[in-house]
Amino acid sequence: MFKLDNTRQIFGEALAEYGVKNKKVIVLTADVSASVMTTFFAQKNPERFFNVGIAEAGMIDTAVGFALSGMVPFANTFAALLLRATEQVRTCVAYANTNVKIIGSFAGLSDAKDGATHHSIMDIAVFRAMPNMTVIVPSDSIEAKRMIPLIAEHEGPVYMRISRAEMPILFDENHKVEIGKGTIMRDGSDVTIIANGHLLSRSLEAADRLSSRGIKARVINMHTVKPLDMPLLRKCAQETGAIVTAEEHSIIGGLGSAVAEAIADEIPVPVKRVGVADKFTESSKDLDPLLDKYGMAVDDIVKAAQQAVKQK
Amino acid sequence: MVAKTDYSQELVKKLEDMAWQLRIDIVEMTHCRGSGHPGGSLSPAEIISVLFFHHLQLDPNNPKWENRDRFILSKGHACAILYAALARRGFMPLKELESWGCIGSCLQGHPDRQKTPGVEMTTGCLGHGINIAAGLCLAAKLKGLDFHTYVLLGDGELQTGILWEGAMLASKYKLSRLIAIVDYNGVQLDGTIEEIMPLEPLKSKWEAFGWAVLEIDGHSVPEVLGALDRARANGNKPTVIIARTVKGKGVSFMEGKAAWHGRGINDEEYQQAMEELKQNV
Repeated sequence: MFKLDNTRQIFGEALAEYGVKNKKVIVLTADVSASVMTTFFAQKNPERFFNVGIAEAGMIDTAVGFALSGMVPFANTFAALLLRATEQVRTCVAYANTNVKIIGSFAGLSDAKDGATHHSIMDIAVFRAMPNMTVIVPSDSIEAKRMIPLIAEHEGPVYMRISRAEMPILFDENHKVEIGKGTIMRDGSDVTIIANGHLLSRSLEAADRLSSRGIKARVINMHTVKPLDMPLLRKCAQETGAIVTAEEHSIIGGLGSAVAEAIADEIPVPVKRVGVADKFTESSKDLDPLLDKYGMAVDDIVKAAQQAVKQK
Repeated sequence: MVAKTDYSQELVKKLEDMAWQLRIDIVEMTHCRGSGHPGGSLSPAEIISVLFFHHLQLDPNNPKWENRDRFILSKGHACAILYAALARRGFMPLKELESWGCIGSCLQGHPDRQKTPGVEMTTGCLGHGINIAAGLCLAAKLKGLDFHTYVLLGDGELQTGILWEGAMLASKYKLSRLIAIVDYNGVQLDGTIEEIMPLEPLKSKWEAFGWAVLEIDGHSVPEVLGALDRARANGNKPTVIIARTVKGKGVSFMEGKAAWHGRGINDEEYQQAMEELKQNV
């Protein structure tokens, strides 16, 4: 249905290009530059590239030192391994409110073959709980690329996750994006599917299937998990009366939790969460069958939407 | 051992007096607040005195001066002495010290860079100082600035793994403007360093990580002066000064006692402590 492109490569090249223009940008990496493709940055901006070795916690604190000096550090490693640096992010980035940009690559289940040690299903939960932190999950490669200058020029800590997988192409070069603003990808009046990352394209497919079954689903691209776009969320709850969330993350603590918490507080309507159901995953040759097995199939979104509509 | 050099008696006396004044401030503050970490605040008094009243290039009227020396209190629980030094150096009124730890105060239970003028970095969880200092030094190189970055480490803090990540990084990038000082008082929260997790041979450990190492008596002002000057002149690698100190130095019933790592001072203890400390001024 969608053409694919290589998100990490596009992100890596775009970060390198942006670094040529913005000399304040520093890139730090923890022995994974060839994997997360910060090698492009290293080639174009060698004096501003620092490989700290397998030292994720130290990398975050070193990025903090750069931020204290007015530079804009991007600290890159695998999203799953960033959990090693949780206290550093909490104390020295979030609490100290330093201008550090943290990029969690190989996010979600996108490093399918390497198994549960390398799958990141709780990064959003952890970083979203930290005051001062902005949390972003771009929904395709163009969006990931567009976010680079936005997060660099945003004053304050940001966590953004990047998929290892080839992602469906949803946007073209004219795509406009703003931190904290979701967008309506497809309109509908019976239920709203709020998604990001790899699950946005699946949600659009689900909306097609729902349409053939007489349910008109609205689909929202909610690339910013924090701060959540509350005006858009209120509008969707009021206009469609039922909500489904879909994300490549545990249903505990991610986009689904963020939406459910906000809806419970403000406009109680049925909410169904699609994601990993509080369990560890496993290895797979490919991402798509793994997403299907762990509750993120297009049909899981369809079923969740049907249930949400019934509960109205 | 660093050879004593010809610092004037007047300078040495001034810095010794300030160290004792800071100790008095710590006891006043910890008594007033009813909590704090007196043991590890009293031990680095000569080090802090020499840094803040002689060695560091700072401007209290312009705390964000770009080429100022940076000081990071990696052992953030010892913030009483940092706050006292900042106040006496003119970064805030002395009166402010009375508010330490109260709701609304600019002086938190551990240092907060956003609330306290002169506090370079938020600390309190141990192990962060070296990596942050390395980031500052690397940024300074890129910006063509020649300030030095100083980190005061606790000895217990050397048990954290992240600290040695930073030690490797500083060595890899030859950060000669990074100067760490270990307040080696030998006692941590639960007991002595030797009982809980021994650090020896500490000099060899730092040398193995590529650092220049100086060992001094941390209560000797001339030795602290000499070591800091030597470290500043070192041109090709980071330097660590291992400063032997006494936890709770200056208050007989606190000296060497883990129980005084973190607790307030009651009225009776306060009277005795002040009597002892005032004999030195």
